[in-house]
Amino acid sequence: MSSERDTPFVTDDTQVQTETRDARMTGAGADNRFNSKLREAFGSSPFILTKFDNFMNWVRGSSMFMLQFGIACCSIEMMHTYSVKHDLDRFAAGVPRASPRQADVIIVPGTIVSKFAPRMKRVYDQMPEPKFVVGMGSCTISGGPFQEGYNVIKGAEEVIPVDIHVPGCPPRPEALIYGVAKLQQRIAEGESSPVTVKPYELEQFNDLEQDEIVDKLAEQIDEDDLVMRYNWADSP
Amino acid sequence: MSLEEPTPEDGAVEVLPTEGDEIADLLGDLVVDREEHVNAPGFVIRPDTVQETLTRLRDEAGFDHLSCVTAEEREDRYESIYHLTSFDDRQREVSVIVPTAKDDPVSESAEPVFRTADWHEREAYDLIGIDYDDHPDLRRILLPDTWQGHPLSQNYDQDRPQIVTLKEWENPLAEDHREDEGDTMYVNIGPHHPATHGVLHVKTVLDGEQVADVDPDIGYLHRCEEQMCQTKTYRHQIMPYPDRWDYASSGLLNEWAYARAAEDLNDIEVPEYAQIIRTMGAELCRICSHMLAVGTFALDVYGDFTAIFMYAMRDREKTQNILEDLTGQRMMFNYFRLGGVVWDLPEPRDEFFELIRDFLDDLPEAVEEYHDLITSNEILQSRTIDTGVLPPEVAKSYGATGPVARGSGIDYDLRRDDPYGYYDELEWDVITEDGCDNFSRLLVRMREVEESAKIIEQCVDLLEDWPEEERNIQANVPRTLRPDDDKEIYRAVEGAKGELGIYIRADGTEKPGRFKIRSPCFSNLQTLPEMSNGEYIPDMVASLGSLDIVLGEVDR
Ligand code: SF4
Repeated sequence: MSSERDTPFVTDDTQVQTETRDARMTGAGADNRFNSKLREAFGSSPFILTKFDNFMNWVRGSSMFMLQFGIACCSIEMMHTYSVKHDLDRFAAGVPRASPRQADVIIVPGTIVSKFAPRMKRVYDQMPEPKFVVGMGSCTISGGPFQEGYNVIKGAEEVIPVDIHVPGCPPRPEALIYGVAKLQQRIAEGESSPVTVKPYELEQFNDLEQDEIVDKLAEQIDEDDLVMRYNWADSP
Repeated sequence: MSLEEPTPEDGAVEVLPTEGDEIADLLGDLVVDREEHVNAPGFVIRPDTVQETLTRLRDEAGFDHLSCVTAEEREDRYESIYHLTSFDDRQREVSVIVPTAKDDPVSESAEPVFRTADWHEREAYDLIGIDYDDHPDLRRILLPDTWQGHPLSQNYDQDRPQIVTLKEWENPLAEDHREDEGDTMYVNIGPHHPATHGVLHVKTVLDGEQVADVDPDIGYLHRCEEQMCQTKTYRHQIMPYPDRWDYASSGLLNEWAYARAAEDLNDIEVPEYAQIIRTMGAELCRICSHMLAVGTFALDVYGDFTAIFMYAMRDREKTQNILEDLTGQRMMFNYFRLGGVVWDLPEPRDEFFELIRDFLDDLPEAVEEYHDLITSNEILQSRTIDTGVLPPEVAKSYGATGPVARGSGIDYDLRRDDPYGYYDELEWDVITEDGCDNFSRLLVRMREVEESAKIIEQCVDLLEDWPEEERNIQANVPRTLRPDDDKEIYRAVEGAKGELGIYIRADGTEKPGRFKIRSPCFSNLQTLPEMSNGEYIPDMVASLGSLDIVLGEVDR
């Protein structure tokens, strides 16, 4: 090694690279690994020209850290999705992180009840932006089988914005994988989490500009008696 | 251990009062009135004599297991029902009924007699609104502290919004942070934490690295299971819910708890063939559930998604495949019906049997592998042997059952002691270990997997040779069931985590008047402070893992 150090590696001489590549692609004992479709598509130019945004979206979708977050029955199927046989890791989305501060995606796997909702919000708030939410199971859609319960929040969307809903009780691991793949597709296409302001909430301001709406809403908040409602029965 | 009824030692045969009249004699003046429940004689007593009555029943009649406390509101009174039975002979049962006045529902607490009454009475206070005198710590347990009203009381209005100022939620930890006297430290573990197996919140006070005090805070998954069951009809609508109590794949075991209670309530006989299918399915679920327990326990002790967890998942996938073939679902089976099961074994039967046999053939090797990786590993041994010690008397007082009790040497298994299904016809053993520590509980589960395999094998043999024309999977059950008004029953089965009991009071309609679930995890979790106080904090986590709780069942 040390003797080779004396002759510095010339980076701007593309000749070297081209030769090396050609040797790999055509030379004796050519290794298939180097003849990927991607490389052929690039031709001899080692550059990809793309918008930085697109690139970042692609990166985000291709390496997602999931929050290790179990609530109810659905989390058992979620564990199966992470482990052998289904192995979500194959789809670049399978590193469960124990801390919300290291996670990009939170899968909400179960029924949310009044005592847990504020805690879930807290966990969600601790995640760094950009963050994505997959709602797993009927419970996160509407409360599922427990919809009529006095203590059950009627869907995760009452608390945090949800990007993808995966229906089922519980959804099979295949369904969850499909949901995650859909999320990756959305991220790669540059769609991010919607803000949960519902149409009926906007109705009362419908002729205002967007900034004005925000100001109006902010005015209405009186920090001293902010309240939180547990009963979501009459939200449309 | 044999499957025969345990007989008292020869010689000094002491006959304990078991029949209604004998118990009435024992209690004497304490009894105000008598009732007859389907499972046991019931005695009505005055609210200020609870401790005296229960002490007498425990010490003089051997009723040492307070299985469940049911509270309910009737038209003219509140009622707490204490279901007592005995660890030595499960078939001796007695119910103690404590009515209290509508306007001032105060009753004496049973906590000094049975430690397990602590949480049960807190739950009764939370959901029904009965006050217990002398209770050490009567506050809400399942619902948030800010909740208004008692949701299972009669004129609770569910549509009234629960309004809570955000200030109360602002920073739930603030005051604990501010404490600057003393040299202990307060740590919140959960409700979102990988080691709590769901949404449990453990409030821990540490002195250095030792645990000075733990207080499990539950209710983060209180999904109103009892309310759901009370608003559904017996025949079909309730059955899907049990699957979701203990969702770590014990579905069929839970369904059996409901099926057993409702069948006994309505005098339904289940055909033998269906019983064998049920037994087989239930034991498959037990294997599945214990696998998860073993896998996550290793996860807790070793700390990450290791090979053991993956192996356990692999074996769970196999059982889930079999169960899916049988029931059509991976987890939420909804396979039992009152009076039988919903359909026969899948066709072609040979293939199905072969699938099970393949699984059973591979199992000894897999178990061997677990033993290599887990129980014979020195690290795990030093982490688990003699940590989280739970002496048998303490376990009994807390009403611990299942592998937790059997790991403390208590020879108690409802499959043998109060036989149901086809268990009493089969050859198998009840596993106990005397270590009382985390290691024993783990060992009990691993050995129980082998026993379950034995049971399944015998069931498969029986099913294979069952004559085709006698394959009766379902008894004749009327379309709507209306048990008589005021008929009450408390029945339990051996779930994966222990004694899973159900109390039903019929009110003459097709829906239960009161439906109470006695969950084994609820009682088992109560022992956590006993096991961890004074130990190191990693041992507390190991103890929690060894209890194998499922929050869906703790909170219901
Ligand atoms: S959707 Fe079904 S399986 Fe999932 S948490 Fe809700 S009840 Fe459980």
